[in-house]
Amino acid sequence: MVAARITVNGKEAPIAPAAPHTTVLDYLRERGLTGTKEGCAEGECGACSVLVARPGVHKPTDWVAVNACLVPVAALDGQEIVTSEGLATAGRPGTPPLLHPVQEGMAVRGGSQCGYCTPGFVCSMAAEYYRPGRCARADASVGHTAEHGPNGFDLHALSGNLCRCTGYRPIRDAAFAVGMPVEDDPLARRREQAPPRPVATEYTQGGSTFVRKETLSETLELLRELPDAVLVAGSTDWGVEVNIRSRRADCVIALDRLAELRELRVESHCLEIGAALTLTEIERRLDGRVPLLAELFPQFASRLIRNSATLGGNLGTGSPIGDSPPVLLALEASVVLVDADGEREVPLADYFTGYRQSVRRPGELIRAVRIPLPLARVTAFHKIAKRRFDDISSVAVAFALDLEDGIVRKARIGLGGVAATPIRAFAAEAALEGRAWSAETVEAAARLLRAEGTPMSDHRASAGYRSAMLGQSLLKLYAQTTEAVSS
Amino acid sequence: MSHLSERPDKPAVGVSMPHESAVLHVTGAALYTDDLVHRTKDVLHAYPVQVMKAHGRITGLRTEPALAVPGVVRVLTGADVPGVNDAGMKHDEPLFPDEVMFHGHAVAWVLGETLEAARLGAAAVEVELDELPSVVTLREAIEAESFHGARPLMTTGDVDAGFADSAHVFTGEFQFSDQEHFYLETHAALALVDEAEQVFVQSSTQHPSETQEIVAHVLGLYSHEVTVQCLRMGGGFGGKEMQPHGFAAVAALGAKLTGRPVRVRLSRTQDLTMSGKRHGFHAAWKIGFDADGRIQALDATLTADGGWSLDLSEPVVARALCHIDNTYWIPNARVAGRIAKTNKVSNTAFRGFGGPQGMLVIEDILGRCAPLLGLDPAELRKRNFYRPGLGQTTPYGQTVAQAGRIAAVWQQVEDNGTIADRTRAIAAFNAAHPHTKRALAITGVKFGISFNLTAFNQAGALVLIYKDGSVLINHGGTEMGQGLHTKMLQVAATTLGIPLHKVRLAPTRTDKVPNTSATAASSGADLNGAAVKNACEQLRARLLQVAASRLGTNAADVRITEGVARALGSETELAWDDLVRTAYFQRVQLSASGFYRTEGLHWDAKTFRGSPFKYFAYGAAAAEVEVDGFTGAYRIRRVDIVHDVGDSLSPMIDIGQVEGGFVQGAGWLTLEDLRWDTGDGPRRGRLLTQAASTYKLPSFSEMPEEFNVTLMENATEEGAVYGSKAVGEPPLMLAFCVREALRQAAAAFGPGGASVELAAPATPEAVFWAVQAARRAGVPDKDAAGNDAAGNGHAVRGNARNGRVGADAEALSGA
Repeated sequence: MVAARITVNGKEAPIAPAAPHTTVLDYLRERGLTGTKEGCAEGECGACSVLVARPGVHKPTDWVAVNACLVPVAALDGQEIVTSEGLATAGRPGTPPLLHPVQEGMAVRGGSQCGYCTPGFVCSMAAEYYRPGRCARADASVGHTAEHGPNGFDLHALSGNLCRCTGYRPIRDAAFAVGMPVEDDPLARRREQAPPRPVATEYTQGGSTFVRKETLSETLELLRELPDAVLVAGSTDWGVEVNIRSRRADCVIALDRLAELRELRVESHCLEIGAALTLTEIERRLDGRVPLLAELFPQFASRLIRNSATLGGNLGTGSPIGDSPPVLLALEASVVLVDADGEREVPLADYFTGYRQSVRRPGELIRAVRIPLPLARVTAFHKIAKRRFDDISSVAVAFALDLEDGIVRKARIGLGGVAATPIRAFAAEAALEGRAWSAETVEAAARLLRAEGTPMSDHRASAGYRSAMLGQSLLKLYAQTTEAVSS
Repeated sequence: MSHLSERPDKPAVGVSMPHESAVLHVTGAALYTDDLVHRTKDVLHAYPVQVMKAHGRITGLRTEPALAVPGVVRVLTGADVPGVNDAGMKHDEPLFPDEVMFHGHAVAWVLGETLEAARLGAAAVEVELDELPSVVTLREAIEAESFHGARPLMTTGDVDAGFADSAHVFTGEFQFSDQEHFYLETHAALALVDEAEQVFVQSSTQHPSETQEIVAHVLGLYSHEVTVQCLRMGGGFGGKEMQPHGFAAVAALGAKLTGRPVRVRLSRTQDLTMSGKRHGFHAAWKIGFDADGRIQALDATLTADGGWSLDLSEPVVARALCHIDNTYWIPNARVAGRIAKTNKVSNTAFRGFGGPQGMLVIEDILGRCAPLLGLDPAELRKRNFYRPGLGQTTPYGQTVAQAGRIAAVWQQVEDNGTIADRTRAIAAFNAAHPHTKRALAITGVKFGISFNLTAFNQAGALVLIYKDGSVLINHGGTEMGQGLHTKMLQVAATTLGIPLHKVRLAPTRTDKVPNTSATAASSGADLNGAAVKNACEQLRARLLQVAASRLGTNAADVRITEGVARALGSETELAWDDLVRTAYFQRVQLSASGFYRTEGLHWDAKTFRGSPFKYFAYGAAAAEVEVDGFTGAYRIRRVDIVHDVGDSLSPMIDIGQVEGGFVQGAGWLTLEDLRWDTGDGPRRGRLLTQAASTYKLPSFSEMPEEFNVTLMENATEEGAVYGSKAVGEPPLMLAFCVREALRQAAAAFGPGGASVELAAPATPEAVFWAVQAARRAGVPDKDAAGNDAAGNGHAVRGNARNGRVGADAEALSGA
């Protein structure tokens, strides 16, 4: 096997002697590329944002911004990344560098004060600059909102970047003023070529190993031998464990580039989403086909996290406050589990067995999530949190209802943050089904919703608020459906 | 016009320009303290041994197990300190304590070849503890009378007579939250010892001279044996005024003992659990108004949560008292301050330095009382403004100069923001939307500029002109993103009359300018700018003599503008570079040290009277918010600000300070929510929100959707450099309008006329409970007990009776 290598700003270098748990951030800084900063080491502040060349949704390659503090550098064996240092072009000796357009915009508009978060902002902004779907509106005065610029810039691209100095206005101005890449822009041109292939990796240092197999079957064989190995896809959860809780593993197995886990299939009776597709890939490939998922994605962590995080990971960690389970419960999704002996399908409602526990057996992994079709016609996702961008839910409520002639034919409600696992609100569903979609029915069901689970008081919210919000979510949905009808 | 404020022709000050390091920022080339580690050989990494108990006496500390960990080089303990084992200026802050005073207190530091080795070593150190009872909340401290430091009392007029004359008297309580600085760059230091045993410390510090002083006394050295340098900080906000000293001292001690460079860099969680924050306060108050709503008397006691050591708590409380009046004339006042001693981190300076806390108390009082007085809150505020020309003084006895600016900026906000039209539009919107309400509120700011302690109001600079005409300036201020260095370049270019590119700035170092004050109290540009100007004036005077002889005229008739010297009325030119070279050959000294002391200040801390401030900075802001009645979630739709920075030295920098301060203030008041374990379990005293995932800063979603900032025009300040005013802190307090708008929006869900109490921070949950309370105000006779709010103890409670309100407001935090 070839020694693990990574291409940084166009230069290839060995990954050794970094430890298998060493993050891309620490690797870069160790090599003297100190523009990439650590602000939180848990994927919340974005000071470590870098660009990674990944398989594209609309072009062969996408430049995707990720949190370098979460990704082990060994996971990028054979891959290409660009940092803030690599965006500028060196000028002639003795002259300042030629700034990249997003760097220029940030510099001249006062987008930096202390400058510490700036390289990360620049990388996140550059990823959106190169997003193939981004296009300037013909009429700049139309569709220009606080979150979408006249140049097609989606401000959610910066939802995972924090600045403590500027108050964000000049950064927004810079983002909304960048133009389109010129024809000979090297990074724009790079999009037209194939992305770096996933590379089989077995990287060992100091007795611990990072492994990436080429196929699912090889991975399952290894997993049968090492059932306690840590499985990672985007590493957005494992990276936090490593950095904040100082966890180390003897063996980490990467799943994120397994072709078998990266399919998205629409069949007549179901939609199957590969467990290792990133949330960004699902979002862009579904393009609104599943409205409830479309409503979820912008509220799920940040763009930086969604660029790495997967549904398999979100279900695999089994967090009771993960945002995808309530939605998938409302959609009556099931989980396709696979091990070396074969596959089985488990309804998500039966999947979770306790706090961060599930029916998944040692040696098993999640291959895909299946969502039955047709979809319910009325859906909504209500995330209650302190902050609108990139926060963890106090509670999350997902609704999928079929209303016919003013009668609730079917109701599915998924809840997160109210129990040790994500749960279905069976009592409230029953109180809705077969009844008129009326204030009276909704009030009664809301009372039952408030009694669901055993919410607790913590730093995010009080138990009383959590309970109240369960009921309020249904009342809000009712108000929205009836007000939409009357207007 | 004063000499200090007068601008020459074509000045470089006043020109809008980006931060001097902007290109370095965006390319990642700008270096911060910890970036230097990767450019330094053989660095040892330091890791703290934190004890996870709120209070206890150490009975055993075994470091041998740590030394057995591969890669561990040494463990630093109190026994290693050759000098004074203290990290502060009050001798109550042992660097290596015998007594654990807060959950997470570091009692020893492990040095390792790698950070991983040091971490494992720290985990191996064994600490035995005799646990002691702890005081964690402000309420516990008040009940136990656990206080430390000064107990200032500010009085003016006759308070009892004032209440006797009042038509309405209200009383209440208000407890509000602390705030984490969350500079993006955590505390960091890198120490080296050179061949002559000189200690050199790179430190992320707002106060290099004090860092130097502490490092010297910990090591038992003189100050001339220690040099501290700060390249730049990744944010400071006051959190690096006092807190960096101990970390720098640990690095220096390690370097001294091992002979190798030692790096201290805190992880975010270490920074959050070990360093001090903005003080949370409790206020108990009684206020009297006349029949027209004019304040007659105020009696208040402010209690600040000081944490375990005094740190800067005394001056913070002094500034809180000095700002409880904000923009309002209070003829009779008695305001007491005290500092709670709690088993928490040592709370410290944070942008505004107690000023925001004092002002929040009066703004909260007015917001709560306006409905009870039957007045629109904006009208109540306007009626109580200081008026110009009446000789009104603050409760501590300083005349309020430029009092007319209070109403002037307010009026301009009303005009710029088309407030009257929008107020009508909001009323129409609210009438049509049962589940969503909007509101608009305006609040003002008056903030005193200068350190309360007169001695700190001095600064030095060192300006060097080289033979080729290039200029290097050194000054005592530090750069933390506020743009001080940009302004200093502009000041130097203006005074010397040369283009900006001829001037370069050297990193802040204690061996260039001694005995500097902290870059704090918004005073960085005022003090250092005047010192730079003074040094440049000395040089200019010498060069004018040289030019006069060359141009055949009197020095008084020579002007240097844009790098060219000319005699008045003459076309003959002498280029700057030629002038400098000529001066060199004439053996004219081309370096000068500048100095400045702010004139006209006096302050008696004992009687709490004097004129501690050179001037006041003014501002006003209007915020429009929209609240979702189902959840309490809200958006800031629009903000309009008019702020007084005098004549701006650097408009883009100043607008950046106004916007950034505003959003940081809004974060404190609405979102940022420090929570501590206040239960009796084994984790009592632990900070629950010790990471970015649990302590939420404002992000793009909290930025006002429309954000208009205007600097007051023709606002020359005679008492400051080139007519400018300080800008660092005052805009933070403009954010009161957001909280007041949320209060009014919550009220709009009820029948109106009810006093709405709102916790601080006003999180969506807090706003939801306020909305519920406002709705209940429309349902008389309904028992308030048993509702969600009271049941959880999370809401504020109050009831109005006979024109009086007995209120007991308690913020969620620490409750």
